[in-house]
Amino acid sequence: MMGYNPTVAIMKTYDTETELVEALQQGEKRACAEMVKQFSPQVYRVARRLMDDPQEAEDVLQETFISACDHAEDFEGRSSLGTWLYRIANNAGLMRLRKKRIQTISIDEPIELDDGYVPRQLADWSFDPDEMVLTSELREIMDEAAAELSDALRAAFVMRDLEGLSTAETAEILGISESAVKVRLHRARLQLRDYLTAYLAGNGAEEASQ
Amino acid sequence: MSDPATHDHDRGKCRELLGDLSLYIDGEAEQELCDEIEAHMAECESCRIMVDTLRKTVTLYHTMPADPLPDDVEERLYKRLDIDNYLS
Repeated sequence: MMGYNPTVAIMKTYDTETELVEALQQGEKRACAEMVKQFSPQVYRVARRLMDDPQEAEDVLQETFISACDHAEDFEGRSSLGTWLYRIANNAGLMRLRKKRIQTISIDEPIELDDGYVPRQLADWSFDPDEMVLTSELREIMDEAAAELSDALRAAFVMRDLEGLSTAETAEILGISESAVKVRLHRARLQLRDYLTAYLAGNGAEEASQ
Repeated sequence: MSDPATHDHDRGKCRELLGDLSLYIDGEAEQELCDEIEAHMAECESCRIMVDTLRKTVTLYHTMPADPLPDDVEERLYKRLDIDNYLS
């Protein structure tokens, strides 16, 4: 039967996001459950990418939905429900990261490219990422590289390059201008590139491309 | 011709263009800027390597698989929110 998906029809209590939000704002448990069902994989995924530690990611996941279900009236409908949840998750993650360590770069501090940054690594890579298998060793190096980013840079990188959100959505989630998103994303990529080059232009390249 | 191994990548033009390279690889740079970057890359091996490895960096992260939501994490979430009777 074309255009009919019985699973979705049974699962979905609310036909539109507007109906779901209205029910949420009236405090309906069913609406909270529906939102969790729809968005928890996405919120967990982004929490894992923002936090080093799986337990911290789970805490962020729980805090995000507790906050969203308890304060649904704060949702003004200017963005999609998904973007709003990303914003709550990002804020919850930042709060935890701030508590955990002294920031080397303040989130409020403007990050300019023209601050004397000079690429540390200019050697070429000896493999093509399209043709290589993502080995567990390389995956570990990539995770390490991302963990080295400041919280401000990591958040921009996670939303744009890992979650695939637009510059405008990322700006909304992070509460910064679109030009600041672009600068932070570029700065994050440069830093990741430096880190990976140290590995991929050296001894690791041969192993990684096998 | 600069030697990429020793070139400090701090020459005027390289530095001027460095900040725009993500716009370039994302296809968001204006045509005029693209032309400028490409003309410079034709002469500067360091910047060719920079663009190539920056692009590869982004490609690598795009292929990185995401962590799925584990069943036990999902169960604890539903319990915490007191909606576990909706857990299917």
